Amino acid sequence: MNTKVTIAGVEFKNPVMTASGTFGSGMEYSSFVDLNRLGAVVTKGVANVPWPGNPVPRVAEVYGGMLNAIGLQNPGVDVLIERDIPFLKKFDTKIIVNVCGKSVEDYLEVVERLGEEPVDMLEINVSCPNVKEGAIAFGQKADCLYDITSRIKAKAKQPVIMKLSPNVTDITEMAKAAEAAGADAISLINTLTGMKIDIHKRAFVLANRTGGLSGPAIKPVAVRMVYQASHAVKIPVIGMGGIGSAQDAIEFLLAGASAVAVGAMNFVNPYATVEVAEGIEDYMKKYNIEDIHELIGGVRE
Amino acid sequence: MSEKRKVKAKVLSQKMIAPDIYDMWLSTELAGEAGAGQFIGVYTKDASRLLPRPISICQADKEKGAIRIVYRTAGAGTEEFSGWQPGDTADILGILGNGFPVDRAIGKRVVLMGGGIGIPPMVQLAAELGEAGTESVIIAGYRDSILFLKEDLEKFGKVLAATEDGSAGTKGNVLNVMEDKHVEADIIMACGPMPMLRAIKSYAAKKQITAYLSLEERMACGVGACLGCVCRTVHKDHHSHVNNARICTDGPVFDAGEVDI
Repeated sequence: MNTKVTIAGVEFKNPVMTASGTFGSGMEYSSFVDLNRLGAVVTKGVANVPWPGNPVPRVAEVYGGMLNAIGLQNPGVDVLIERDIPFLKKFDTKIIVNVCGKSVEDYLEVVERLGEEPVDMLEINVSCPNVKEGAIAFGQKADCLYDITSRIKAKAKQPVIMKLSPNVTDITEMAKAAEAAGADAISLINTLTGMKIDIHKRAFVLANRTGGLSGPAIKPVAVRMVYQASHAVKIPVIGMGGIGSAQDAIEFLLAGASAVAVGAMNFVNPYATVEVAEGIEDYMKKYNIEDIHELIGGVRE
Repeated sequence: MSEKRKVKAKVLSQKMIAPDIYDMWLSTELAGEAGAGQFIGVYTKDASRLLPRPISICQADKEKGAIRIVYRTAGAGTEEFSGWQPGDTADILGILGNGFPVDRAIGKRVVLMGGGIGIPPMVQLAAELGEAGTESVIIAGYRDSILFLKEDLEKFGKVLAATEDGSAGTKGNVLNVMEDKHVEADIIMACGPMPMLRAIKSYAAKKQITAYLSLEERMACGVGACLGCVCRTVHKDHHSHVNNARICTDGPVFDAGEVDI
């Protein structure tokens, strides 16, 4: 039985990854799960310098999901290189570093700093809804996305995944812009912008007022967008949005994802990543599937 | 076996001890690892409510393998917990956070301060201090004369109450008791609402004594990954490098002089 997938020349032992921002840099969940069992660990977004993030409250639970407005707090790329990458190198899993920035120059600085590091792929966050500058501003207009993607591709030593926002009118337009600019893969979806109001205090629950919605509540939207995007482009698609079980992950694979990531559901079940990987194998055995590629895009039209 | 993990616990008992305040004992393998000031994440059984609710440990009975939590019903999740009956099972995540540094209080004049739903962790703290041969003065701040957990606290130290409405003990807050009863402290350990903790921080600074405060914030993961529950710190901490310590993992107990609250 083959569970290996290859994206932009990088081979993953299985298609299960972690969604950026929900898994730290792997350390926090390494006491719950064996990171060796994962296809890849995707780190929390890292910028050229440390970012303090947003004021608290930063998180709120909503029906079937949660809102977050962390604001991409991160210790900066130097700490990632000194602390997090050496930690992840101890495991037999691929390392994907999520990169964020306020300007194109910020992104490029991180990408260049990581050029000689043992990082397998870069995931470019152009879709965080919670920071005022940069991030999503690059990911909501096709021409901006094309521009930043091509400039990053010109500098990047590792293959580049562009992480797309669902907060757009037409996801296929964004997927095509990333592909045309040379992206090696796309990942989607990032969170949907949401809001929660405390009716007793008549106040916003999050200090940032708006936050990104994640969790099972967004899964049908994510499956639909992965299906649309994967049919619009030839580059591989990494699917995410509310995945908490192997059943969820298989839906994304059938929709056209070459790999999947577990995000908010890590908070509900800290063992979710490995359970998804094991559950996919069980499903393959049950249906006599020899190769996981039979599942990718395998929904009957 | 001191790694954080999600386990099944069994409800041993449950009772209401004050309006909206419930007292539940859970049988769990985590009991042996629990210390004063640490907490567990309790999951609801409703799949639409995803996140574990952080609840402080009121008592850990290592021999019985049981943890006691005393919590306030503050929403649908904790409302659900209050309906659990003996024999029911529950998913819990633990043991989370760093507790009170009991070692630093040994042999000193230690005053424990709990306000409202910040009182429960003082039971385990007073017990641990007692085991270490240090008797504490415990000041408990209540809304009114329903003095929940007072008898439990009295097993481990001298208890002084403050009530907002003056119906029992000293009228006012925990710091009013210090003045009213002429209590002197070398070290304060406290848990309660933010205005109380801010007042204790400034009191400790004025008196030039050490205070340890247990902070609270909306949490998601509970294990230090999501960076949801941060607190401004005076010094850059080893993890964030941006003066933002994680309450769930670097705390919830902090030296008052180290946090900007």
